[in-house]
Amino acid sequence: MKEFPVYVVFSNLKLVEMISQFLFILLLSVGIYFFVIRVKKVMRNINLGREKVINDRKSERWQTMARVAMGQSKMGSRPVAAFFHLLIYIGFVIINIEVLEIMIDGVFGTHRVLSFLGGFYDFLIGSFEYLAIGVLVACVVFLVRRNVIRLKRFHMAEMTSWPKSDANLILITEIFLMTAFLVMNASDALLQSRGVPHYVMAGAFPVSSSLFGMLGSYSNEALIMIERGCWWFHIVGIIAFLNYVPYSKHFHILLAFPNTWYSTLNPKGQFNNMESVTNEVKLMMDPAAVPPPTDPNGVPQRFGAKDVKDLNWKQLMDAYSCTECGRCTSVCPANITGKLLSPRKIMMDTRDRLEEVGKNLDQKGADYDDGKSLINDYIKEEEIWACTTCNACVEACPILIDPLSIILDLRRFKVMEESAAPAELNGMFTKMENNGAPWQFSPADRMNWTEN
Amino acid sequence: MIMEDFKVNTMAETMSRGEKPEILFWVGCAGSFDDRAKKVTKALAKILHHAGLKFAVLGTEESCTGDPAKRAGNEFLFQMSAMNNIMVLNGYEVTKIVTGCPHCFNTLKNEYPELGGNYEVLHHSQLLQELMDAGKITVQGGAYQGKKITFHDPCYLGRANNVYEAPRQVIMRLDSLMTEMKRSRANGLCCGAGGAQMFKEPESGKKDINMERAEEALASTPDAIAVACPFCMTMMSDGVKLHEKEDTVKVKDIAEMIAEAMDL
Repeated sequence: MKEFPVYVVFSNLKLVEMISQFLFILLLSVGIYFFVIRVKKVMRNINLGREKVINDRKSERWQTMARVAMGQSKMGSRPVAAFFHLLIYIGFVIINIEVLEIMIDGVFGTHRVLSFLGGFYDFLIGSFEYLAIGVLVACVVFLVRRNVIRLKRFHMAEMTSWPKSDANLILITEIFLMTAFLVMNASDALLQSRGVPHYVMAGAFPVSSSLFGMLGSYSNEALIMIERGCWWFHIVGIIAFLNYVPYSKHFHILLAFPNTWYSTLNPKGQFNNMESVTNEVKLMMDPAAVPPPTDPNGVPQRFGAKDVKDLNWKQLMDAYSCTECGRCTSVCPANITGKLLSPRKIMMDTRDRLEEVGKNLDQKGADYDDGKSLINDYIKEEEIWACTTCNACVEACPILIDPLSIILDLRRFKVMEESAAPAELNGMFTKMENNGAPWQFSPADRMNWTEN
Repeated sequence: MIMEDFKVNTMAETMSRGEKPEILFWVGCAGSFDDRAKKVTKALAKILHHAGLKFAVLGTEESCTGDPAKRAGNEFLFQMSAMNNIMVLNGYEVTKIVTGCPHCFNTLKNEYPELGGNYEVLHHSQLLQELMDAGKITVQGGAYQGKKITFHDPCYLGRANNVYEAPRQVIMRLDSLMTEMKRSRANGLCCGAGGAQMFKEPESGKKDINMERAEEALASTPDAIAVACPFCMTMMSDGVKLHEKEDTVKVKDIAEMIAEAMDL
C-alpha cells in the first residue's frame, strides 16, 4: 500500500479542521440568530400588554431575584422536587463553563483550550462529571414522577398532550446530552492515555472512567469518531435546546430572573388600585373636582381585561414564565374541591392566547380581529367566579407568578363593562349601594350589638 | 349605648365631649349584623374596656369597607365606599384602627392609602397580643386550659398580610394545647368565603370548600377550632355542623376565647 506523504495527510487534516471550524461557526451563528429572533418576538408579544411602570425599591427587587430565582427559596416546600431540580439547575449553570470551552475549541480548532489551568482544570472537569451524572439521575427521577408514579398535578385537565410531551422531550434531551458528555470524556481520556496526538493530557474523569471497559477495545480511529461525534452531538444539542427553550415551558430558566425582579413587593392582599376609576369617582363625589388632562386622540381603556392586550406586560411575562409545574393548582381550594378553576390553566390560556394574537399580528396585520378573546374563548366565566382570592396559588409559585391578578382583571371586565356578575353578587352590590353593607340591614342598626 | 356595665362610645359622642379616643374599633358589617359575629364584637369590646383602652366606634357612620366589591371586580363600588369611609375617618382625624375582621383589616391597611386614607391598622389578634405583652390583660387558666385547640388561618390575615404568629401567641396564653392542621400558616386552606364567595353559591364541584377544611380541622381531634374572621366563623361552624360535631367541637373566635378565659 502506498503511503501518503506526510504533508498530504497534514494538509488534509488541516482542511478537515478548517471545514469543521467553519461549520461550527455557521451553526453557532444560525442558532444564536434564530434564538434572538424568537426572544424579540416574545418581548414584542409581552409588550402588547398595557404599560406598567415597575422601577421602585430596586435593592429589594435585586434581593428578591437573588433569593427566589437564583436561590430557589420557594422550591423547598416540596423537598424531593426541590433537591432534584437543584441538581439540574446547578448542573446546567456550571456545565455551561464547559460549554464555553467547547465554543472556544470549536471556533479556533483547539482541543481542551482551558487545560492550561492544570490542577484546577482537573477539578473542573471532575466536578462537571459528578454534576452530569447528577443531572442524568434527576432527569430519570423526573421522568418516573411524570410517567410512572404519575403525580396528580402532572395529569390534570389542562395537561393535554403538548404540555406533557414538552416536559418529557426536555428531560429526554437532557439525558442524551449528559450521556454524550460522559462518553466524550471517556473516549477522550482513553485517547489521552494512548498518547494520540492532539489529545493532550488534561482533566480528571471520576465518572466517565467507568465507561473505559466498554470503550477500551475500540481502535484509536473509532474512539476519535466517538469522541468527535459526542462533541458535535453535545454542542448541536445545546444549540437546538437554546432554540427550543423560548417556544417551551422551559423558558422559565431565563424568565424566572426578570419575573421575580418585577414581581410585586406589596402585601399579597393589596389589589391594585384602578386610577381611571379613581378619577371618575372623584368627579362623581365632588362636581368641583378638576378632571385630569386626557389625550384627545387616545382610545379610552376598557375596565378590566377582556383579552390579553388588556392585561399589563408583567401579567403577560408571568404567562411566558410559567413552567406548568402545577403547584398553584394543587393548592387551589376551588380546584381541590372539583371546581373548574385551575390557576395553572389561567396562565397557560393567557400564554396560548397571546401567542395566537402575536401570530395574527404577524400574518394578518394590526387591524385584523379574529373575534376571539381570553375570556369566553379560553377562560370560562365559571372559572373566574370560583376563585376565593385566597392567594394560595400566588404563595405556591416558585417564581412569583400572580394568577390572581389576571382572574381579578377578568372579573372587572365582566362586572364593569358587561354588568355580567353572577346574580347573587349583583344583589350584594345593590345592598352595598343602598344600605352600606353587603346584607340587607339598616345602617341605623349598626349599634344593635351593644344591646343584650 | 349601654353594654352591660359599660358604654360603647361612638366617635361622634367622644369628639363632642372634646375627647380623642386612642383607637377606633372598626366593627365591620358581619360584626354589626351577623348574630354569631356580634358575640365576637361584644367579647372584643369587653376586652378593650377591661384593658382600659379608650376606644370608640363609628356606629351608624360606619359602612362596608368595599372589600367584597373590590374582590368581585366592582372597582367603582369599592372606591365609592372607600372614599366615603375615608371622608368620615379623616373628618374624625382617626390615626389608629383595630378591626375584628381580616377583610376590613386588609382593605383599610393596604387599599385605603392610595385613596387618601392613611391609618395604623391592626387586626384584633395583633392588638390582643400587644395588650398581653404589655400586661394590660392577663389570662390565668380558664375554660381552655389543657384543651386541644387548632387555629384556622384566615387568608386575608395570613398569606395576604403575613400575620401568622399573633393569633397563635394569643392562643398560647390560654394554656391550651395548640395543634396544627396539615395545611396551616402560608399553606393554610381557605374556608371558601373569600373573594365575595360569602355572598354567592359556590360553582359546581365535588364538594364545598368549608367541608374540606372542616374535615381537616376535625382530623386533628380538637376541643375547639379557633378562628379570627367572621366569614371563617360562618364557614367553619357550618362545616362542623354538617359533620355533626357541633356539640363536641366549638368554633370560637380568639377574642371570645380570651374573654371567656378572663370571665368577662
